[in-house]
Amino acid sequence: MLKQVEGSHAVAEAVALCRPEVICAYPITPQTHIVEGLGELVKAGHIKDCKYINVESEFAALSVAIGSSAAGARSYTATSSQGLLFMAEAVYNASGLGLPIVMTLGNRAIGAPLNIWNDHSDAMSLRDAGWIQLFAENNQEAIDLHIQAFRIAEDISCPVMVCVDGFILTHAVEQVDVPDQKQVDAYLPAFVPAVVLDPKAPASVGALVGPEAFTEVRYLDHKKQLRAFDAIDRASTAFKSVFGREAGGFIRSYHTKDAETVIVAMGSVIGTLKDMIDEKRKQGHKIGLVSICTFRPFPTAEVGAALKDAKHVIVLEKSLASGQGGVLAAHVRAGLHEAIPLTTLIAGLGGRPIPKNALSEFVEKIGIPSSDELHFLDLKQDIVDGELKKTEEERNARLRNGAARGR
Amino acid sequence: MKNTQANPKGIYTISNRLGDQANRAVQASEDRPNSLTSGHRACQGCGEALGARIVVDAALRAAKGQIIVVNATGCLEVFSTPYPETAWQTAWVHSLFGNAPAVATGVAAAMEVKGRGNVRVLAQGGDGSTTDIGFGCLSGMFERNDDVLYVCYDNQAYMNTGVQRSSATPPTARTATTPPVGSEPGNVFGTGKNVPLIAMAHQIPYVATATVADVQDLEAKVFKAMSMRGARYLHVLVPCPLGWGSPPRETINLARLAVQCGLFPLFEAENGTVTRATKIRQPVPVENYLKPQRRFAHLFKGGKPVDDRLARMQEMADANISRFNLLGHEETCK
Repeated sequence: MLKQVEGSHAVAEAVALCRPEVICAYPITPQTHIVEGLGELVKAGHIKDCKYINVESEFAALSVAIGSSAAGARSYTATSSQGLLFMAEAVYNASGLGLPIVMTLGNRAIGAPLNIWNDHSDAMSLRDAGWIQLFAENNQEAIDLHIQAFRIAEDISCPVMVCVDGFILTHAVEQVDVPDQKQVDAYLPAFVPAVVLDPKAPASVGALVGPEAFTEVRYLDHKKQLRAFDAIDRASTAFKSVFGREAGGFIRSYHTKDAETVIVAMGSVIGTLKDMIDEKRKQGHKIGLVSICTFRPFPTAEVGAALKDAKHVIVLEKSLASGQGGVLAAHVRAGLHEAIPLTTLIAGLGGRPIPKNALSEFVEKIGIPSSDELHFLDLKQDIVDGELKKTEEERNARLRNGAARGR
Repeated sequence: MKNTQANPKGIYTISNRLGDQANRAVQASEDRPNSLTSGHRACQGCGEALGARIVVDAALRAAKGQIIVVNATGCLEVFSTPYPETAWQTAWVHSLFGNAPAVATGVAAAMEVKGRGNVRVLAQGGDGSTTDIGFGCLSGMFERNDDVLYVCYDNQAYMNTGVQRSSATPPTARTATTPPVGSEPGNVFGTGKNVPLIAMAHQIPYVATATVADVQDLEAKVFKAMSMRGARYLHVLVPCPLGWGSPPRETINLARLAVQCGLFPLFEAENGTVTRATKIRQPVPVENYLKPQRRFAHLFKGGKPVDDRLARMQEMADANISRFNLLGHEETCK
């Protein structure tokens, strides 16, 4: 059914259609409207046989989901930013125990300084935690990825994080096609857990594993992530046949066939990039786009193949590994032919808008460089330079002061 | 006449094999569940291993075998489940150090949603996971009145990591992080957290303290807790030979002395009100309890107290005795 709703509510409706049995809720901006929506749906009786639990922290939210999932209930929670970091220990634990929990991450920057707006620092901080990470381009895909997420998670007993850009998607009112219950039921079978806590067949879950077997356990985790490619493929293929539209998968290419410059990005900025590319194409620029939907496992081979004919790759990303550069860029580099220069363009940190014109100017200006470069979109260089100068002066003063005082 | 004692049989022995079957503890019954079976790697004389077996066996009996156990990280978890072995003969899950109460909430929620309310959830951990790192989750579980029996096996320090201070470590006790040096040797006075009392402040249906010295009493409290729904808390004192510096054979004796000297009062509370405190049968000075433990050795020199710290420990015990009215005769029948 076509609806005009806020992204968070669209996600809540999609999760509700997946018949969750336990939902753990803790508020954090910008994810809050999702759990609010679900709370109302459960309390009003629209989600049957579901327990909605208001917990005391994100650490508890995921821990409750770990317990309920291990006991065989389809379990869901949502968080953002600091909340994800607060539950970090449980994030690793959920994947280590092979629990098919689905969690929405309303992507938001990490402090300090405190910042509630969108970027991808939160998702990137836990990219190696053993979860599958999917990124939604728009609210329609946010709906569709959640429905796929439960199927993928339960297919291979691995938790899935659906990343939805905070505010830009979670708080945007858009037209979306919300599937009906019959369709979702046809797509998503009942949850049959691989291992379940049951007094009838007592199992010990969560053993201590020493050096003699830990490498093997981690190797199997890696294998599971690789098997996830098949599961993600199956889920998106089946999705198209049931719902009649494409969503999910690994990557999508846009005008890459003859493109000399190809931009790589993920999340909601894809829309802006497509508009920019359309304009540039009209002006005769050979420019294209590869959008990443699956970040974990990272489709290195697919990305490499999609970029093999490019003369220049620009990775536009909303995260920064301080002291290193781009996170997504490093992943793309791994699949890219070494002769193709890669420009990392850090943009949109802490909710800084990514205007189409600024992108267009950047692409124009950089042309095709001869080697890898790191840039920050719209960086206010005068402010940075002033701050660097001030810091250096203060440091020198401090050192002089310390030397004068002696010990 | 209704018997209001937690230990209705009024006997300390677990077997009482000369008596009839009805007076036998679960531990002495022929069909003891043996939930924590032999072969695990606990130290000799481990109070926690003993406490866990008594508690889980009794809970299994009470729930007719329908139990899921959630275990916090710690000695109990480490010594019972080194891959590929497990000593647990019941459904059991370990997630993290600080989240056992929340995981238990999730298990209970799953059972409720699945219409399997007959499956009961027991969460357990040491004092580190209970009074420190998992305290937020514990308070959350209490506050929501989730249908979980949480059992703390309190050996008064982080034993698994090598005897460091926890908020359950008593004043003066020597630990690796409260060494017996300086102007106030050992753990300092005026610190610590009384989780049974904090549990009561949540107005949860049932709170009780117990030790491994009185199996009948401990089992009776587990049965009572299991007869109720909602959040229930059982705090069990479990001496640790390694951390306390005591011979393994003294585990039971020390647990009994802790009660008899007044430092560890036995009581029960329902909905925030103390309903019963166990009278001390044979009161002893705290010295009798502290002296056999090397963690308190620095309190004495040549058998005599070195300063007023022993007296201050006695004051703490006396305050408990007064607060819970622990002297006098048990009113067995009302």
